[in-house]
This record gives sequence, C-alpha cells and structure tokens, in this order.
Amino acid sequence: MPPDSHRELARPARADWRAAAIAAGSALLLAGLYMALLYAPEERTMGAAQRIFYVHVPAAWVGFLAFAVVCAASVGYLGTRRRAWDLTAHASTEVGVVFTTLAIASGSVWGRYAWGTWWSWDPRLTTTFLLWFIYVASLMVRAYGGTGTQPSRFAAVLGIVGFLDIPLIYLSVLWWRSLHPLPVVVGAEGVGSGLHPAMLHALVVNVVAFTILYVILVSLRREQMVVADRLTARAGRSGVRAGAGEVAG
Amino acid sequence: MSALRAVGLLVGKDLVLELRTREMLSAMGVFALLVTVVFTFAFSPAPGQAAAVAPGMLWVTLIFASLLGLSRTFALEREERCLEALRLFPFDPALIYVAKAASTLLVLLAVEALVVPALAVLGGVSPGRAAGPLAVVLVLGSAGLVASGTLFSAMSVHTRMREVLLPVLLLPVAAPVLLSAAGATAQLLAGRPLAAILPGLRILAAFDVVIAVVGSVVFEYVLEE
Repeated sequence: MPPDSHRELARPARADWRAAAIAAGSALLLAGLYMALLYAPEERTMGAAQRIFYVHVPAAWVGFLAFAVVCAASVGYLGTRRRAWDLTAHASTEVGVVFTTLAIASGSVWGRYAWGTWWSWDPRLTTTFLLWFIYVASLMVRAYGGTGTQPSRFAAVLGIVGFLDIPLIYLSVLWWRSLHPLPVVVGAEGVGSGLHPAMLHALVVNVVAFTILYVILVSLRREQMVVADRLTARAGRSGVRAGAGEVAG
Repeated sequence: MSALRAVGLLVGKDLVLELRTREMLSAMGVFALLVTVVFTFAFSPAPGQAAAVAPGMLWVTLIFASLLGLSRTFALEREERCLEALRLFPFDPALIYVAKAASTLLVLLAVEALVVPALAVLGGVSPGRAAGPLAVVLVLGSAGLVASGTLFSAMSVHTRMREVLLPVLLLPVAAPVLLSAAGATAQLLAGRPLAAILPGLRILAAFDVVIAVVGSVVFEYVLEE
C-alpha cells in the first residue's frame, strides 16, 4: 500500500474549520466554567447546588437539538438515500444519547438538592428519560438491525416516529402527573424572568459552548464513520480481487 | 383493485387464518389471565386497594398480551415467504400496514372482550355505568398499541433479535398510550365524570392519528429489501 493512501482516507483539508471550532469551543467552555462557578452570583435558596443549572440546561438543550437533527437527517435519508444523511443521523444519535444522559444525571443531582430526592417523576425529567430510551433503542437497531441498508432505514423510521412522539409523551406525562400532583415542584428552570443578569450571561455562554461541542463531536464521529466505510469498501474490493485471482490461477 | 378491496382481502386472509387456528386468541387470552394472576401474587392488594391497582394492572396486562400478538404478526408472513409475494402486488405498501394493523386490532379487541370482564372479576372491580366510556378507552388505547406495534413488528421480524427488539422499541414510543389509558381507566373506576378523562382521550386519539399516518408513510421503507 503506498504511504499516501492513509492521508487520502482522512482528508485533512476539511479539518480546518473544525480546528477553529475546537479552539473557539474550548475557550468558551473554559469561560463558561469560570462564569458558572465564579462570575454568576450564589442562588439564595439552593446555594452552590444551583450552579448545576449551567451544565444541566445546556446538556438538555443539546440533547433535544441532537434529536431534532436526527429527525431532519432521517427524513433526508429516506427521501434521497444518501449515505451522508444517514451518517449525520447516526452520529447525532450517539452524541444526543451522551448529552441526554448527562442532562438526566445532572438533573438527578439537582433534584437531590432542590426537591430532596434523587428522582422525581417530574414531567420534563420523565419525558427526557423516555426520549433516552427511544434513542438508545435506535442505537440498538443500528447495531443489531441486520445487513445492508436495513439498520439505517429502521433507525431513520424510529428517528422520525420518536421525534414526533415527543410532544405526545410530554402531554401525557403532564396529564398523568396532574392526576396525582407532586407535593412541591419548584419552577427551578424559569429561564428569563427571575434570573439575575449574570446568571443569564453564564447560561448563554455555556449553551453556546455546548452547542459548538456538539457540532465538533458529530463532525468527528461522522468522519470516523466515513473512514470506516472507505476501509470496508477497500477491504471488499481487494477481497474480490484476491478471489478473482484465485479463480484465474 | 381498489385500496379498500385490497385491505379487505388482506384482513380477511388474516382473520380466516386466525379463526381456523385460534392461535393468537388462545395464546393472548391465557397469557393475559396469567399476567393478572402474577400481578395479584406480586402486589397482593388488600380488598380495598383493588381499585387503585386495577387500572395499571389492566394496561400492563394488555400491553404484554399485545406484544405477544404483535411479535407473531409478520412472523408467519416471513416464514412462508408471503411478505415477498405481498410486495409484488401493484398496490401501495401502506395498505399492507393498514391491513395488518386492522387485523391485529380486531384480534386484540376480541381478546379484550373475553379477558377484561374476567380481569374485572379477578381484580374485584365493577365498572358499572363507566363500562361504555371504558370501552372507548380500550378501543383508542388498543388502536395506539397496534398502530405503533405493527410498524415495529415489521422492523423487528427482519432482525436477528426478533421478539427481543419489539418491546424495546414499542414500550417507550407507546408510553403516551399507557399513561393516558391507565390514567383514564383509573378516573373512570373512581367514578369521576366523563369530563375528567377528556384530556386523556384527546392524547390517545392524537397518538392514534399521528402514528397511523406516519406509519403508513414510512412503512414502505421498512419493507423494502
């Protein structure tokens, strides 16, 4: 194999914008961390525990953004059959599951301090938990869904159905909770109104930083998949050639 | 061939098969009764508590029973290579989805007609005047389970995991059905007025329509090979 062929697989030219994004994202993440821990004022009732907010909200936002991208890319894939759409959906599902897990875990820690319990069946928490299940199932479909384009098609169908299901899940959980109301549910995430300006600044910086992180992760993961595709195709081709040689010999 | 006639023929074929073997009817019916027994053993509700546990028990039982039926929906078609023949017919593949969902729904409703009265007796609850509205909840909820389950059944039957994948796909997506139907059933059994269950009925109806429409549109991508 000539030495250039590795470089041809990785296509370094495209990495330029990503290097810039990684630099900008890292700077913003550090700034966000500083603002969350030091710049934003202490919350009156919850104290330092409230600072989870600056990780929790951006993580939840990225989780939902990822699944919106999955739905759009799934529609694109079923419509055009371009592998590029499928790769975007796949990478976005993986990154979305990671951030949703982070949102649920940080929400649980938050709940420990805000509501005195690790888990409450709060509508947002429950909806997010069900979403997590749907997209984990989507990864299972991709892993065990069979051969050829079948896993991609099935995951795309689930990506569309799952995303359209979100409002229905939320409404049903809301109604279910209203039948047996929780004793105290603090409207802890009342973004905007009761928020100190410094808190809002810290939140915005973290949301932007997490969004850039999401874009970088999806792009990196996508590129890995592209390379994996090329390697598989190359292995297949050389396998065919070797087979043909044997027959000829 | 008109779409209606195609669906009618497909549903008829499924029902004739079912009536001759009574496979699903007996398997789902016996299984539903067994699940109820298991639940009662596990929770051993006091006589006064029965009404509190019954709605959840009913819907978990129905979901498990429908999973059992749904896992077989496409299995027979695939074993006998009937699905390939169906795909060769010059009609919209959405019709296969509609027909399969319709025949599964009819079987599930038949199972419910047999099993729900037995469950009421075993659970020690009597719906009384709520029987009519309860039937509406049962039909809407079953339609939602079948609309989403038929889609996922067609997917899981083509994978190595088969029956294992179906509940993993169906349970989170069909969560609105369980939440709204069990909630509405609980309200009805508690003697609340019809207005109290309207939000639940609306969610059930919305779920049925959204999933049935999306399912019909995307079904061709599930079938193609």
